[in-house]
Amino acid sequence: MKHIKTINHTVLKDSMAAGGCGECQTSCQSACKTSCTVGNQHCENKNR
Amino acid sequence: MDVESGSVHLVDDLAYEMIPLWQDNSKEELVKKLQDRYPQEDICDTYDEIGELKKEGRLFTEDIYRNYVDAFKARPVQVKALCLHIAHDCNLACRYCFAGEGEYHGRRALMSYEVGRKALDFLVQNSGNHRNLEVDFFGGEPTMNFEVVKQLVAYGRSLEKPHNKNFRFTLTTNGMLIDDDVIDFANREMSNVVLSLDGRREVHDRFRVDYQGRGSFDTIVPKFQKLVAARGGKNYYMRGTFTHNNPDFLEDIKEMLRLGFHELSMEPVVAAPDDPSALTEDDLPVVLAQYEKLAQLMLDCEREKKPFTFYHYMIDLKGGPCIYKRISGCGSGTEYMAVTPWGDLYPCHQFVGEEKFRLGDIFSGVSNHAMQDEFFTCNVYARKECRDCWARLYCSGGCAANAYHATGSVRGVYEYGCKLFKKRMECAIALAVAKELET
Repeated sequence: MKHIKTINHTVLKDSMAAGGCGECQTSCQSACKTSCTVGNQHCENKNR
Repeated sequence: MDVESGSVHLVDDLAYEMIPLWQDNSKEELVKKLQDRYPQEDICDTYDEIGELKKEGRLFTEDIYRNYVDAFKARPVQVKALCLHIAHDCNLACRYCFAGEGEYHGRRALMSYEVGRKALDFLVQNSGNHRNLEVDFFGGEPTMNFEVVKQLVAYGRSLEKPHNKNFRFTLTTNGMLIDDDVIDFANREMSNVVLSLDGRREVHDRFRVDYQGRGSFDTIVPKFQKLVAARGGKNYYMRGTFTHNNPDFLEDIKEMLRLGFHELSMEPVVAAPDDPSALTEDDLPVVLAQYEKLAQLMLDCEREKKPFTFYHYMIDLKGGPCIYKRISGCGSGTEYMAVTPWGDLYPCHQFVGEEKFRLGDIFSGVSNHAMQDEFFTCNVYARKECRDCWARLYCSGGCAANAYHATGSVRGVYEYGCKLFKKRMECAIALAVAKELET
């Protein structure tokens, strides 16, 4: 594409099939303790 | 960014202008509208590129997740993380402490081994198929009860094999009691250590004082440096709090870097609006500008191969959490709970001491099901204000405690916090794009 460059080629819909295992870190157990950032957590599902 | 697909697109001026018009206009109409400024061929090409992305589900994506959140949340409760309040006591008297100088507005107490052991049993018994279980030793100051911390880690390890679990222990500490014993143990057993330092000496010592009012900076910095040097690359975070007194918190981050710390987090203070430390509307533009400069600093460090990570900017655009994680909320009150020294359960550490939020105890489990249901339904769809917010799949509806303290309801919206959060995510995404373009 000349006018649009897509940075990431995964789409969230694809994570519906194998997602939701819950093995990832709870957001407040890491560093913040007073806010909620979910988007920076690592996925630990090896089947995705 | 296409919110529902999570796709991030880098566009030229023509595409930027055309995307909002694309769905309501034909190609011919767009040529007419834009041909005075762009060549017709480019307009047609861009129109087709947008169409292709729509077809691929990367643009104008509909929210198809709404119907799944109820089913997902209706699954049986499985607890996977506990915040163990190992000590409702502290050797500092930080003036902004949301935990009321460690006591959570209640009585001073240390968790006994027996209560802690029951808490770990409760976690294992209620964790279903979850293999990774998280336990944060929190306070007050957990090193004031460190022998119990050690005993509980040993007990947790003994449960791993028979129950097919993997405990991840973490420790949040103010550093005052760190010695070689704490360093050896923490670096061996803790998957993450959170070290509280606010940055510049004068900033840190304004709030983080002992009971005689003396600052703690000079005591703790060498201890933190020793701990991190001995950590051998294992995770840690240095966590600071910024307040109305230092909205220019980038200077504090630079001080942390100067002191040799590289994995950093800096959080806005949690304080009532009438508290002198609370951030004000006048602070907002200063704080927002700091986040932008911080992203630039992180990019500069990346270019110079200098280590530096800022917790909120660690966005992985190509991976990251699944959609279920992004829509189901932070998990407080359901998969995550806080345990007081005497075994009471609360939705999270920030609700401890607020009696109406008490969920039950580790001996007989959750009894306040009405309250737990409140937290069950606290997800990205719980607030109408979130429905049109582009950042909702990064915060999952935000922090219930912040919402409660700002509005009186866990389903309220802490607007000031949202403004900060959106700026952080804007910077995080911009940083991720910049890095991508440079690789």
